Amino acid sequence: MTDKPVNNRAWFFVLPVLGFVLFSSIIPTMTVVNYSVQDTLGANSFFWNGDQWFRDLLNPATTIGARFNDALFRTLAFSLVCLLIEVPLGIAIALCAPRKGWAVGLSLVVVALPMLIPWNVVGTIWQIFTRADIGLFGAALTGMGLHYNVTQDAVSAWTTIVVIDVWHWTPLVILLSYAGLRAIPDAYYQAARIDGASRWAVFSKIELPKLQKVLVIAVLLRFMQTFMIYTEPFVVTGGGPGSATTFLSIDLDKIALGQVDLGNAAAMSLVYNLITLSVCWIFFTIMTQLERRRDV
Amino acid sequence: MRDGTTARILFAFYLLVLMLPIYWLLKMSLQTNTDIMSGLTLFPRHPTLDKYFEIFNDPTWVHAFGVSLSYVAINTVISVAVALPAAYAFNRYHFVGDKHLFFWLLTNLMAPAAVFAMPFFQLYYAVGLFDTIWAVVLAHCLFNVPLAVWILEGFVGGVPREIDETAAIDGYSFPRFFIRIFMPLIANGIGVTAFFCFMFSWVEQLLATTLTSSHALPFAAVMTRAYSVSGMDWSLLAAAGVLTMVPGAVVVWFVRNHIAKGFALGRV
Repeated sequence: MTDKPVNNRAWFFVLPVLGFVLFSSIIPTMTVVNYSVQDTLGANSFFWNGDQWFRDLLNPATTIGARFNDALFRTLAFSLVCLLIEVPLGIAIALCAPRKGWAVGLSLVVVALPMLIPWNVVGTIWQIFTRADIGLFGAALTGMGLHYNVTQDAVSAWTTIVVIDVWHWTPLVILLSYAGLRAIPDAYYQAARIDGASRWAVFSKIELPKLQKVLVIAVLLRFMQTFMIYTEPFVVTGGGPGSATTFLSIDLDKIALGQVDLGNAAAMSLVYNLITLSVCWIFFTIMTQLERRRDV
Repeated sequence: MRDGTTARILFAFYLLVLMLPIYWLLKMSLQTNTDIMSGLTLFPRHPTLDKYFEIFNDPTWVHAFGVSLSYVAINTVISVAVALPAAYAFNRYHFVGDKHLFFWLLTNLMAPAAVFAMPFFQLYYAVGLFDTIWAVVLAHCLFNVPLAVWILEGFVGGVPREIDETAAIDGYSFPRFFIRIFMPLIANGIGVTAFFCFMFSWVEQLLATTLTSSHALPFAAVMTRAYSVSGMDWSLLAAAGVLTMVPGAVVVWFVRNHIAKGFALGRV
């Protein structure tokens, strides 16, 4: 990373982006901030509530605080499990994917298919697919003698949501890694072959560092999406059994649309947003530092 | 160079597992509802295309499909077009606030839709865009434009700066250099980005359904017809689901060479 020239006229290149994004972001965000400091008695009568929503939310002794805490840890655990499975799996599959010939186009189309299905349909497919009587996945697991029941058993429900997410989103990691792998010039591989490098050395010294930039995008995207996961648990488990799969966004939805408790929901979503932001920022900073150190 | 056979078998196995749920969807779309509910079968016992005909013969479905396609296409074009110069600026220059701005863009992908749906509705209603495809186009820009900037920035970094300098010495004006020389060099990045923008706009439903009511009803909204008082029409939903995969698959088919070609010029 050599020094970039300083040029404030570059702002002109960025202005259109800023315009498009600001148009849809600033007013809705301020509306949510506005909700978060008010209470409502319904029918558009709002009154000032200060930081009360936030204090309740962050105090685990209150009902809402305890609920938020539980959902938060459930969601963090879910994101972590999904990332740990999807990122290595995605890289591995990308390494195995064909690189030339007719199979390339076909493989890419097939790999991309799960991502192209609208999310409610994804939920619906799995709703049927995991049923023991008419779904292949449910029938196979029950046939193997496992106790599998999405609506009654917390472990089954959890595993199912993870399996769905892995099925649905590993393709994103695969496509990004695949594009990244193709960007490595052949000369690197030839040099490695002359040096007699092992397969592992090629992977850890050439492929992985070159993939870093796409992997940062992939990990950030996957973290944000798993952290906000909504449709799949909503359709497949409804947040149950009990509250086993009530992730933050499901809880948020119950409060915002179910109980029409806008102040609480807004405060919750701001805190939620801040958490996502901090995690992404820490990750992004570490990765850019690493990159800079390597380039020096 | 590598153990090709094992890799091929593993990859084929992955594709097979990946296809199973999709096959199940396809199978359901060819069955009647009674057939679906009556028991586990690997193949439809009485395959029928009835549900597909039902969709094709209903103007509401066809119109909604067109609406969805048009806002997704417009959104993809806008996102890539505005993101290109920005990605170039972020990669090539330092300017006041560049790092913060770059990260701020990403934060726009983090808004939980359930809470933001209502403020969005109010905003687009106030500016008179409610129930037009433009409302959905602009709303989807919120997450697609930042995403496009982020992905493209990586690809711009793959082009050595010497190329910019050589072009300047050769007397290319900046716009001519950008369109004639630079864009072809990152064609693969543009292809991948276009696919991701297309995909995220195509599968987004909450905002698309909140911002429309009748004229610009997207395909996903019409799908809710399958949940009626008389119970779920699984078969209709499955047929609609299968159809939703088609446009995206076509897009991937067109950008496949860009993704697979490899950019000879180095790092992503």
